[in-house]
Amino acid sequence: MIHMEYYLVVSTIMMFAGIYGFFTRHNTLGILICIELMLNATDINFAVFNRFLYPNGFEGYFFALFSIAISAAETAIAIAIMINIYRNIRSIQVKQLDEMKY
Amino acid sequence: MELTILILILPFLSFLILGLGGKWMSHRSAGIIGTIGLGLVTILSYTTAWLYFTAPRLADGTFATLMPYDFRWLPFSETLSFNLGIMLDPISVMMLLVISTVSLMVHVYSYGYMKGEQGFQRYYAYLSLFTMSMLGLVVATNIFQMYLFWELVGVSSYLLIGFYYTKPAAVAASKKAFIVTRFADLGFLIGILIYGYYAGTFSFKPETIALLSGGAAMLPLALGLMFIGGAGKSAMFPLHIWLPDAMEGPTPVSALIHAATMVVAGVYLVARMFPLFIAYAPEVLHIIGYVGAFTAFFAASIACVQTDIKRVLAFSTISQIGFMMVALGVCTSMDPHHGGLGYMASMFHLFTHAMFKALLFLGAGSIIHAVHTNEMSAMGGLRKYMPITHWTFLIACLAIAGIPPFSGFFSKDEILAACFQFSPVMGWVMTVIAAMTAFYMFRLYYGIFWAGETPVSSSTSDNSHAHPSPAETSPCGKHPHESPLVMTFPLLFLAAVTCVAGFIPFGHFISSNGEAYTIHLDLSVAVTSVVIAILSIALATFIYKGASQPMADALAKRFKKLHRAASHRFYIDEVYQYVTHKIIFGCISRPIAWFDRHVVDGFFNFLAWGTHATSEEIRGLQSGQVQQYVFVFLCGALALILLLIL
Repeated sequence: MIHMEYYLVVSTIMMFAGIYGFFTRHNTLGILICIELMLNATDINFAVFNRFLYPNGFEGYFFALFSIAISAAETAIAIAIMINIYRNIRSIQVKQLDEMKY
Repeated sequence: MELTILILILPFLSFLILGLGGKWMSHRSAGIIGTIGLGLVTILSYTTAWLYFTAPRLADGTFATLMPYDFRWLPFSETLSFNLGIMLDPISVMMLLVISTVSLMVHVYSYGYMKGEQGFQRYYAYLSLFTMSMLGLVVATNIFQMYLFWELVGVSSYLLIGFYYTKPAAVAASKKAFIVTRFADLGFLIGILIYGYYAGTFSFKPETIALLSGGAAMLPLALGLMFIGGAGKSAMFPLHIWLPDAMEGPTPVSALIHAATMVVAGVYLVARMFPLFIAYAPEVLHIIGYVGAFTAFFAASIACVQTDIKRVLAFSTISQIGFMMVALGVCTSMDPHHGGLGYMASMFHLFTHAMFKALLFLGAGSIIHAVHTNEMSAMGGLRKYMPITHWTFLIACLAIAGIPPFSGFFSKDEILAACFQFSPVMGWVMTVIAAMTAFYMFRLYYGIFWAGETPVSSSTSDNSHAHPSPAETSPCGKHPHESPLVMTFPLLFLAAVTCVAGFIPFGHFISSNGEAYTIHLDLSVAVTSVVIAILSIALATFIYKGASQPMADALAKRFKKLHRAASHRFYIDEVYQYVTHKIIFGCISRPIAWFDRHVVDGFFNFLAWGTHATSEEIRGLQSGQVQQYVFVFLCGALALILLLIL
């Protein structure tokens, strides 16, 4: 049997990989992927804690499902935004998106 | 009597219609609307006067004081409140007659005089506003309402003096009139407040006064301050400086506002407060008398040397208002038989003066309309060209000079009689001033209608009266012609009034205690004043009738300094200029302005500069880089977590 800690290690790695990528990627698409990574890490945590700590309940699974649905919707919107950005400035590099400054 | 409210509403409506809708009206319809509105007001005023004076008297022989409206507007305390309403008593009804008559005549006259002017509709709108405010002033039920309308007439006077707002002189004159009268009104307001505080009422009636302790000492002060307001409006020395300059306005306006109605508001104010003056401050009343006498003399002496015909008339107005003030000032009791004659005389003179002075101004307007200048030197010999103007002007001159049977004789005679009752010195001084009046009026008359038989063409005189009327320009230079009927009719009407007004049994309607008083001519006073008036007219004839005036020139040379001082109006304007510019501006206003600009403004500028500099420094934080924001956000989140854990 796989212990809970293994799952948590994987999800932690995914989380911090996501955070690291969020800071360092220059491409908006890459940033979006990193956000997905972080979301998936939390989904795993939900499922794992439900499975190991409260085997009789289902709340964790439901939250994981909600989260997946929301991340799908969010991805759709994010990609639409990116397309619009690309149409406007012919680029999706995040460094160039600095119109909203002082 | 309930219809009296229409007397105020109608001119206000016509002001609104002409003021708001004038842009889309033709000159003709604007003039007709204004004149018809005023015609209705005149009919209402005459009806009111008829009903009022034919109603039976009260048991004590006075006319009832009616208050058809008395609306409590702003209560200050239980007893003290600011009411708006209409009060009819003998003097307010008399003023209704005067104002509506002169205003109607001026409306009719202006239709011809202002023909083709830019802003014709605006002119009529202002005239209606003025008439409304002046009527509101005289029917005021209390001193505060009077003050409200007092300021309104000040505003309309300002608007009308500055009617030719493209002329710098007119703009300066309107500003001067407004500031001087406003300054005087400050005294008026303080007087009202002191009066309201100590007397516990704003009413005019002495019987409603509930004096605070120490109030008896303060009432003379309050009444004196109110007189300062009256002196400002009525151009008493030394607040007279605005009136001669106010002649920059259109001439009919001078006739209405600066001769017949508004400038006598000060006299009316003193007459309104007369019972209070007699009861609480007879000595202030005498001061008013002395101020009036000095003003009358001072203005008459300046009028003798002025060359601008409207300026001569302006100084003559100041002098005549001085007469009215003197007449009020020499009163010592409420009984017309013993020391209260001046009240009736003053109101009588106000009435007759309004008529003949409006006539003089309208006549002057007719002359200016024909020769396009105000300067006497450019006139002369006009009697052949303008017969109607000539005869009506002559009647008015005789009236103001005090020749029977014209109206001025009767009222001036009453004033002189009242002065002789007060003290012989005052009586003789006023008689001398009356003689001066006759002299300068006939100097004016001969200067316009006789001397220098050929009038100079309008091109040589610098056109001080900007009067663009294309139809009139060509023939008027060499051959000035009589004005159209719409202008001569008011002249004829007022001349007729001037001829008969003296025979009105005025004392029957108005006297100091309200009872009927029969005017009886004091024969010695009447004969003296008439003889002196005729002598000074003869002197004026001798000096000024001829084509050239060697005598006048010689006199001017002989008393060179005096002549120059008088032509410069005894340098009063220069004194004001010096006091305001050098002393007030230099010593008080400049330091205050410096303090304001450098200390007060400096503090706020520093605040603004500080805010700006700080934001300049920290604005780099908002870089627009999303990842930077996230980094800060994460750091914050970590810090919070650390805080929670520790």
